[in-house]
Amino acid sequence: MAFEGLQERLQGTLKKMKGKGKVTEQDVKEMMREVRLALLEADVNFKVVKKFIADVKERAVGQDVLDSLTPGQQVIKVVNEELTKLMGGEQSKLRAAQKPPTVVMMVGLQGAGKTTTVGKLANYLRKEHNRKPLLAAADIYRPAAIDQLQTLGKQLDMPVFSLGDQVSPVEIAKQAVKQAKEDHQDYVIIDTAGRLHVDQELMDELQQIKEAVSPDETLLVVDAMTGQDAVNVAESFNNQLDLTGVVLTKLDGDTRGGAAISVKAVTDTPIKFAGIGEKSDALEPFHPERMASRILGMGDVMTLIEKA
Amino acid sequence: SKTRDSFVGAMNDLMKDYRTVDEDFFEELEDILISADVGVHTVMDLIEQLKDEARLRNIKDAKDIQPVISEKLAEMLQKSANEAAINEQPGELTVILFVGVNGVGKTTSIGKLAHQYKEEGKKVVMAAGDTFRAGAIEQLEKWGERVGVDVVKQQAGSDPAAVMYDAIQSARSKKADVLLCDTAGRLQNKVNLMNELSKVKRVLGREIPDAPHEVLLVLDATTGQNAMSQAKAFQEATDVTGIVLTKLDGTAKGGIVLAIRYELDIPVKLVGLGEGMNDLQPFDATQYVHGLFAEVLEQTDTDDENS
Ligand SMILES: Nc1nc2c(ncn2[C@@H]2O[C@H](COP(=O)(O)OP(=O)(O)OP(=O)(O)O)[C@@H](O)[C@H]2O)c(=O)[nH]1
Ligand SMILES: Nc1nc2c(ncn2[C@@H]2O[C@H](COP(=O)(O)OP(=O)(O)OP(=O)(O)O)[C@@H](O)[C@H]2O)c(=O)[nH]1
Ligand SMILES: [Mg+2]
Ligand SMILES: [Mg+2]
Repeated sequence: MAFEGLQERLQGTLKKMKGKGKVTEQDVKEMMREVRLALLEADVNFKVVKKFIADVKERAVGQDVLDSLTPGQQVIKVVNEELTKLMGGEQSKLRAAQKPPTVVMMVGLQGAGKTTTVGKLANYLRKEHNRKPLLAAADIYRPAAIDQLQTLGKQLDMPVFSLGDQVSPVEIAKQAVKQAKEDHQDYVIIDTAGRLHVDQELMDELQQIKEAVSPDETLLVVDAMTGQDAVNVAESFNNQLDLTGVVLTKLDGDTRGGAAISVKAVTDTPIKFAGIGEKSDALEPFHPERMASRILGMGDVMTLIEKA
Repeated sequence: SKTRDSFVGAMNDLMKDYRTVDEDFFEELEDILISADVGVHTVMDLIEQLKDEARLRNIKDAKDIQPVISEKLAEMLQKSANEAAINEQPGELTVILFVGVNGVGKTTSIGKLAHQYKEEGKKVVMAAGDTFRAGAIEQLEKWGERVGVDVVKQQAGSDPAAVMYDAIQSARSKKADVLLCDTAGRLQNKVNLMNELSKVKRVLGREIPDAPHEVLLVLDATTGQNAMSQAKAFQEATDVTGIVLTKLDGTAKGGIVLAIRYELDIPVKLVGLGEGMNDLQPFDATQYVHGLFAEVLEQTDTDDENS
């Protein structure tokens, strides 16, 4: 990557702090400057960064250094704890309906990875939980969106529900759920067209789908490479659709993925899955604590503490 | 309403008439540029330059420094008037290769550009070089139908380099003016896939010595700092000649192109402003920078009227 992780960044400051017994304001200030840069370069939203830094500073200044820790270690420990807290600690599972089918709706910006994730999630549910999903093609706008889902269905040997591109997505979603009930499928996973969070007409359409089929999960699919705008997107989708979770895609890249923190901070819903490749098996449950160290570029935090 | 949440709102507050140009001012300006995804390093350098400039020109009021900021940013983005132009080969086949990570808008931009050239009366052929992603060939075919342009394709799963070879032969025999080559999206850290892309480019060059005449890297304006890593890797694999900045119709500003220009000197050539076939425009630096500030000024005006 073009930038260093927090580890390299902090090395100099840490050296200077060695052997001190108390964390001074100046020490913390110097370290926080580096923490701030690392977070910004990782695409964490600048407002989230500001609040984060303020919280950490408050906790770190004036602390007596624990017997086993140097001031440097102490600060890193606080940074890591606060960040993990922000990421949401526990891993979170998919909700299931009282009475099947469980309805899952994918929403998000154009090109985020919704259609691919529909296929991956279906594959995951079958493989890990022995479930029978139906894929619903409710993107009638993007050229060949239906072909794309049908091809994925064929590759996975799973049913795809489509009414072509001349029927409204609301109707398609409704009929798909009906079909799933008749066929005793456990899940209906609805693919929707990508849309901008500021496109009111298309955002209304999602609300209508939601009203029509009351999904158990409304998942925002977010590209892990998203920059500062992630907060606006997430806030907008959340306000209008009451998200139940997030899927972070393209984590197989070399992005730090600071958008994860931004999205978590503004929606306060868990990130449930991570996309880690283009193929249908490239989906895994999301691990918040691993994400925290990825964002900071810290590798193993404990090793860093030992070195400091 | 003053919303500190938006770029516009922030810039608006920043430029208020009574503001003086001091440390606070520059700190806020820094936040604003960072919120537009301009790279952190670039922002720091830029702020230093602006501080110098303010001192030099003895600028005290915020409103007086605004043109300086616009000027600096535009200068940074565009160094000569003609650099956004596509390198066309009059009377011969112009070959344009599109590259980029997954889902940024390569196929769509090709469809839009095909439409544009077609409208200019040129004969266009598109090559379905994404043989990997589900429905990718069908997607390009739909664009072909929509804008009335032929698509050269092979079966899903076939070798993209072979598709390119075919496409060149076909474009030649049709006496086409432009060949637009689609490729599968790939993340820049996938070595095999980047090598495959270099090969695709080499095949084009073997058939026509100067081809491809443009290698356009498609970047999604929503992308943050990772776009820099994308630009570096694709630059290395394919000698990128220009950037297509897509999805500028959203709220993201795509400010990372400033950093890319600053560090790698790759110019933006086209911008995507929607999903329709007419939503592609040549890049204009002044307009782009104005876009960052114009809304601000408009809002300042309405605020003034309201107060
Ligand atoms: N490397 C990688 N690529 C992914 C991942 N998820 C999706 N993609 C790719 O990203 C691109 C866009 O994925 P789609 O599923 O078509 O995205 P979408 O959100 O349905 O797009 P629209 O329907 O156009 O809004 C495709 O090239 C996918 O193969 C991932 O986790 N890793
Ligand atoms: N709002 C908006 N959407 C766009 C723009 N350009 C492309 N899109 C949408 O972004 C999504 C992805 O576009 P594609 O052209 O399929 O992207 P790609 O780079 O070819 O994707 P892969 O081949 O999967 O890597 C589609 O839903 C497009 O309609 C744009 O300028 N504005
Ligand atoms: Mg889709
Ligand atoms: Mg494509």
